[in-house]
Amino acid sequence: MARSRMARSTRVFAAAAMTTLLAVAAAGCSDSGGKDAEENDGGGGGGGGVNTPRMEIAMVTHSAPGDTFWDIVQSGSKQAAAKDNVEFLYANSEKDDEQARLVQTFVDKKVDGIIVTLAKPEAMKSAVQAAVDAGIPVVTINSGAEFSKEYGALSHIGQEESVAGEAVGEELNERGRKKAVCVIHEQGNVGLEQRCAGVKKTFSGSVENLTVDGASKPGVLSGIQAKLEADGGVDSVVTLNADVAASAVEAKDATGSEAEVATFDLNKSVAESLEGKQLSFAVDQQPYLQGYLAVDELWLYETNGNVIGGGQTVLTGPAIVTEEDAPDLKKFTERGTR
Amino acid sequence: MTATLPADAKAPDERLLHASPLHRLLGRPELGSVIGAVAVFLFFAVIADSFLSSLDTVLYAASTIGIMAVPVALLMIGGEFDLSAGVLVTSAALTSTMFAYEMTANVWVGVFVSLLVTLAIGFFNGFMLIRTGLPSFIITLGTYLMLWGANIGLTKRIQGTVSTNGIDDMQGFESARVLFASSVDVGSFKLRVTILWWIGLVVLATWILLRTRWGNWIFAVGGNKDAARAVGVPVHRTKIGLYLGVAVAAWISGQHLLFSFSGVVQSAEGRGLELHYIAAAVIGGCLLTGGYGSAIGAAIGALIFGMAKQGIVYAQWDSDWFWFFLGAMLLLATILNSWVRTRAEAAR
Repeated sequence: MARSRMARSTRVFAAAAMTTLLAVAAAGCSDSGGKDAEENDGGGGGGGGVNTPRMEIAMVTHSAPGDTFWDIVQSGSKQAAAKDNVEFLYANSEKDDEQARLVQTFVDKKVDGIIVTLAKPEAMKSAVQAAVDAGIPVVTINSGAEFSKEYGALSHIGQEESVAGEAVGEELNERGRKKAVCVIHEQGNVGLEQRCAGVKKTFSGSVENLTVDGASKPGVLSGIQAKLEADGGVDSVVTLNADVAASAVEAKDATGSEAEVATFDLNKSVAESLEGKQLSFAVDQQPYLQGYLAVDELWLYETNGNVIGGGQTVLTGPAIVTEEDAPDLKKFTERGTR
Repeated sequence: MTATLPADAKAPDERLLHASPLHRLLGRPELGSVIGAVAVFLFFAVIADSFLSSLDTVLYAASTIGIMAVPVALLMIGGEFDLSAGVLVTSAALTSTMFAYEMTANVWVGVFVSLLVTLAIGFFNGFMLIRTGLPSFIITLGTYLMLWGANIGLTKRIQGTVSTNGIDDMQGFESARVLFASSVDVGSFKLRVTILWWIGLVVLATWILLRTRWGNWIFAVGGNKDAARAVGVPVHRTKIGLYLGVAVAAWISGQHLLFSFSGVVQSAEGRGLELHYIAAAVIGGCLLTGGYGSAIGAAIGALIFGMAKQGIVYAQWDSDWFWFFLGAMLLLATILNSWVRTRAEAAR
């Protein structure tokens, strides 16, 4: 290097840049975890498709943006769409009037099939019937089974929230629990209320609902922690989604409470917590299956006139999973399909 | 502030009156909120059994709001809003965890990159504000929605799911956790590190406001922008600086979010929190119109918020009414605050 010709500031700058580069090169990498570890694990392969004509299928849900559960439903649908030569369209809104409008948009667009959730059945009634009147087959998923047939849908694929809650209540009985707290992270959400009501129905001990601020994890954490501190008799915490479950585990550790944590729905960290026994059990309603089967159902109906379940409600849950199932689950939750 | 005439008409010119320490204390913006805080504290100490024994949890809840409330208060004193503050916290957390994961980098590298990204977003807010001259409400509403969408969209695009992969098995995680999400047991009190960050930020912000030229500038641009510019206050630099302050606090909060939960961050989180921060600042005596307020006041506002939020649970009130109770407590505390403040000013 021709150091003599360099201005002092340039030298300082070059030295600084060099040091930074070296520092990043030396200390910047992680030997454990991360993308490299994931890529070394290897992954699944693709698959072939069918040669039926291209179809357009739209799904309209009541999901909030960025919700893990609905993300898994979509992965299922996309997988089925890829296999069935289907163009998969998706839209969602938490607001019932907007959800109904979205359905109407797809009716106007004349898609070949519509998948819709009936979390707020009355609001969706006219939109669903408009689709049926326009000759578009409709499949309902998730909640709202009792309204599906009445509104003219082909079939319903899902799980009743209250039935899932009841399954949790029974499992808690089996584990000899006495006092449970049901954590509601979004007040006024019908599905969440139904889950807690289901737990209350079958559980022989007492169930109290706890409202927490679902917008912030520290808020959820301190809310559950406060409840555990306020009431030492609580021996089980039931959370209603996978993200809240992690906070409940944290709250339990922080307060030294002996309470067991159980949750609805899965994700990767739930699978890990099950394996580490920080979570006692989880209720899976197989969202992937709901998305997958709904698309497949519309394709089957179009190409072969089949109706899965012969018009009866097709149940995808509730399945209770525990630490025994964790190793397998981990593999699937990691890629966001369970 | 309108000067009230002394009751005694023969009193000397009020500008020459010697202000006693008590009167000066009564004139501080945070005074009213202290009374409100004491009232909320006593209320829950009496009616909720485990409130006093769980003050560490209460302080933790207050600190997670308080860390953000401090720079948000400064910004409001400077006459501006930041509606993007809530989701910016989530953006900061997502950036660190995804950068570290995707690059298989040391976690500290992700933390550092996140600081740069967060500062860039803060700069964008400030820059757009001074360039367009539009109200900060609309500018930051825009960034709020854009960030919210980008948080979900980019997370989904990069990692395939809407919450990020855990990074707790990566190098640097443990040491960074100590800085952002650890806790020390002091007797039976669990001192979480966020409480220290909170106190540190309050001290720093108070020093800036009361002891530095920057502090004078902040009050000046919030009071009257044009007058401030006329006397030579660098209005643009001050406002951008304030947005960078919010960004730094959002970065700290984001790192806390990330390191307290093994690196798994839910991308849709943080909506609505910006209003909690603004509320804490206003409860603590900041004016929505700018030019008046204090960092200590914002901290006390966050404390009232935290105490009310946790106290409702400790008191074991019907959980269905949680938000109602919270709103009512905050309203009552703020009414008490402003009543005390008006009385105090009248007494001067």
